[in-house]
Amino acid sequence: MAFAGAKIIQPLTVHASATRSPDPFTNNKSTSLSSPFLGSTRTLTLTRSVSPFTQRRSASTVVAVSDVVKEKKVKATSNLLLTKEEGLEVYEDMYLGRAFEDMCAQMYYRGKMFGFVHLYNGQEAVSSGFIKLLKKEDSVVSTYRDHVHALSKGVPARAVMSELFGKKTGCCRGQGGSMHMFSAEHNVLGGFAFIGEGIPVATGAAFTSKYKREVLKEDDCDHVTLAFFGDGTANNGQFFECLNMAALWKLPIIFVVENNLWAIGMSHLRATSDPEIWKKGPAFGMPGIHVDGMDVLKVREVAKEAIGRARRGEGPTLVECETYRFRGHSLADPDELRDPAEKAHYAKRDPITQFKKYLIESKLATEADLKAIEKKIDEVVEDAVEFADESPAPSRSQLLENVFADPRGFGIGPDGKYRCEDPKFTEGTAQV
Amino acid sequence: MASILQRIGAATSLSSSNSFDTKKFNLSSPRSVIGRKVSNLDVRSNGANKMNGGMNCQIGGRADHFVTNAVATKPEAPAASTASKPGHELLLFEALREGLEEEMERDARVCIMGEDVGHYGGSYKVSKGLAPKYGDLRVLDTPIAENAFTGMGIGAAMMGLRPIIEGMNMGFLLLAFNQISNNCGMLHYTSGGQFKIPVVIRGPGGVGRQLGAEHSQRLESYFQSIPGIQMVACSTPYNAKGLMKAAIRSDNPVILFEHVLLYNLKETIPDEEYVLNLEEAEMVRPGEHVTILTYSRMRYHVMQAAKTLVNKGYDPEVIDIRSLKPFDLHTIGNSVKKTHRVLIVEECMRTGGIGASLTAAINENFQDYLDAPIVCLSSQDVPTPYAGTLEEWTVVQPPQIVAAVEQLCR
Repeated sequence: MAFAGAKIIQPLTVHASATRSPDPFTNNKSTSLSSPFLGSTRTLTLTRSVSPFTQRRSASTVVAVSDVVKEKKVKATSNLLLTKEEGLEVYEDMYLGRAFEDMCAQMYYRGKMFGFVHLYNGQEAVSSGFIKLLKKEDSVVSTYRDHVHALSKGVPARAVMSELFGKKTGCCRGQGGSMHMFSAEHNVLGGFAFIGEGIPVATGAAFTSKYKREVLKEDDCDHVTLAFFGDGTANNGQFFECLNMAALWKLPIIFVVENNLWAIGMSHLRATSDPEIWKKGPAFGMPGIHVDGMDVLKVREVAKEAIGRARRGEGPTLVECETYRFRGHSLADPDELRDPAEKAHYAKRDPITQFKKYLIESKLATEADLKAIEKKIDEVVEDAVEFADESPAPSRSQLLENVFADPRGFGIGPDGKYRCEDPKFTEGTAQV
Repeated sequence: MASILQRIGAATSLSSSNSFDTKKFNLSSPRSVIGRKVSNLDVRSNGANKMNGGMNCQIGGRADHFVTNAVATKPEAPAASTASKPGHELLLFEALREGLEEEMERDARVCIMGEDVGHYGGSYKVSKGLAPKYGDLRVLDTPIAENAFTGMGIGAAMMGLRPIIEGMNMGFLLLAFNQISNNCGMLHYTSGGQFKIPVVIRGPGGVGRQLGAEHSQRLESYFQSIPGIQMVACSTPYNAKGLMKAAIRSDNPVILFEHVLLYNLKETIPDEEYVLNLEEAEMVRPGEHVTILTYSRMRYHVMQAAKTLVNKGYDPEVIDIRSLKPFDLHTIGNSVKKTHRVLIVEECMRTGGIGASLTAAINENFQDYLDAPIVCLSSQDVPTPYAGTLEEWTVVQPPQIVAAVEQLCR
């Protein structure tokens, strides 16, 4: 990642430390940079620790896990990190995310979808790494960059594409759009346009899980919630408020920061006093982890631990995934501010290419296996477009539906009848 | 009588067990006796008459029988109640608590969250005793983070719980505006109807006794434009309990406005269970000469003015609109058609308040029936001053109401 004027650090330098707990004063050196911008002058450092979740009772240690996985990989080849089935499932999911988003871009420029569309290219390892470990009853909350989270959670590509086209067969009947993907069936709780506003909703879902277990006595309820959001959101008040509440009540939630270093045109370093977001976890009493978000295996290992913690009732975790978006903030973003060298650096670490290489080298899959998956996914995406194209747009009668769960909320009209009984309501032509 | 109400309630209220299929809008079933059929009302009013001979406020709807005694003009003085009648006497905050407790008993998914609602029992004691009874998770003391815990309540509601979120003072909910506007109001729609948000957001608001500008806000005007929410204001122990229960049972997000000065109002309310209608206005005093529309604390200023007006020979019809969003255009319309003159008395600010919306709605719907332009008395567009004298001049006082009626009826 590039500092203005400084050289690219590739990859992030690891400063080995003798102690397990990071000492903020020895590890973070103030380097004098020639850059004049306002922002943190610290270099980002990772603290190496042997095991991911060393904990002391009062303050959780912060760890970086990048090297754990490396160590594991170096050991006996029989000690594989995932099975062939899991590997293929993850690969398929990541490839679907990429193919889908690429198709979105095409469709947008062809005038099939409008508005603000935020693509996920480059970040697939985070979505697949985490969400593929979830059960159907677990919940996912995202931001406006939510297409791939919805797909990973199991929402059919057809439903997402239709929603983007604004058709009534979309997962939200065409009423939500790109930034509001919801699925009650798959427990995707949105899709939020304002950053930070989804995090309390995720906290509420986690609260419900705990409530079900402790108040409603559903002893087997161990549902967890994942809240995905970006580096920009990590400076927002709602984030901190929720870190506090989640840790306070030991809610089964994992806060996943997809740190792609840019909030539209605002570099993370220019916006954040201490850019190491994982450190904010221990400040609130939960483990804070930093992981290489371009490596799906590393993400998956961290995710497993964090989800396991949450399921066992041990409370929340903050995971910072260092990742990158290959495209602009949205399809309307000219993406002029980012250094091409930075983009090239991350393009070389494309998560899908990396994982493909791993699968082949560790003999988990052959080229043919993977090609078959790619072909299948390409067809799925084509089919999704066809389906969306052919689907009808919402009719006028849909306009006033779903404003209220109980439509008596529209009130009583002058004639004494509830307004929702007016036939103009079912036609969508009533004046509200 | 309460059982009648309950049956009607069962017919009209779509309880959680009969989830309403909004997609089909199937209202043709005879079960949905939602229309204002006269026969129902007669049953209800007669029933009401039997029950509330001694009560001062109406069971919602077009009751024909009432007691002309105005409810106490000073909020702190006890309302006239006859101890020999059936029912039990309590204060408004106790009525709210009773409603809360009954609903929590009835449905284990109902929970409360807010600042100091648990161990402290609520800043106005509305949730006193509930945390020891139901536990710290069901009556949750939150940290001071309105936006986050309101959002948390919304997320919990999406996943099946029915939270009641308290703003320690309604004004604090300004911090939760993001969640209330975006998530509370909109999520049902943007999710295509997949998730419902059955939350109740409640708290004390309005102008108190020298509480200062920030603790004397009227948030109903800020929230009224948010699509997807309902707003109700309670004013008596009877309607406080009824509206609380109705709000909790509703699948819509409801904002229940209580008033800081009304918590100690005393009244006798029925022992039997009753649930009021969220969308209905309340006939406080039928009359012929002028329709006075009001809500919350101003109801008492209006009734005090009504005494004076009656002595002067006027016959005002007083309606407590109760439902701030949506307006009960039937009750209001019938009244306008009868009296042809409308006075709105509210505590909201002049600009963009409930009165402004109500004026527009009446003009739009009942233009032909008006003999005079609608007069709207609101609070001054000033931050509520601390000094008692100044504070008194910011809100509408009974003499102003009397003068306005005299002017209107000339």
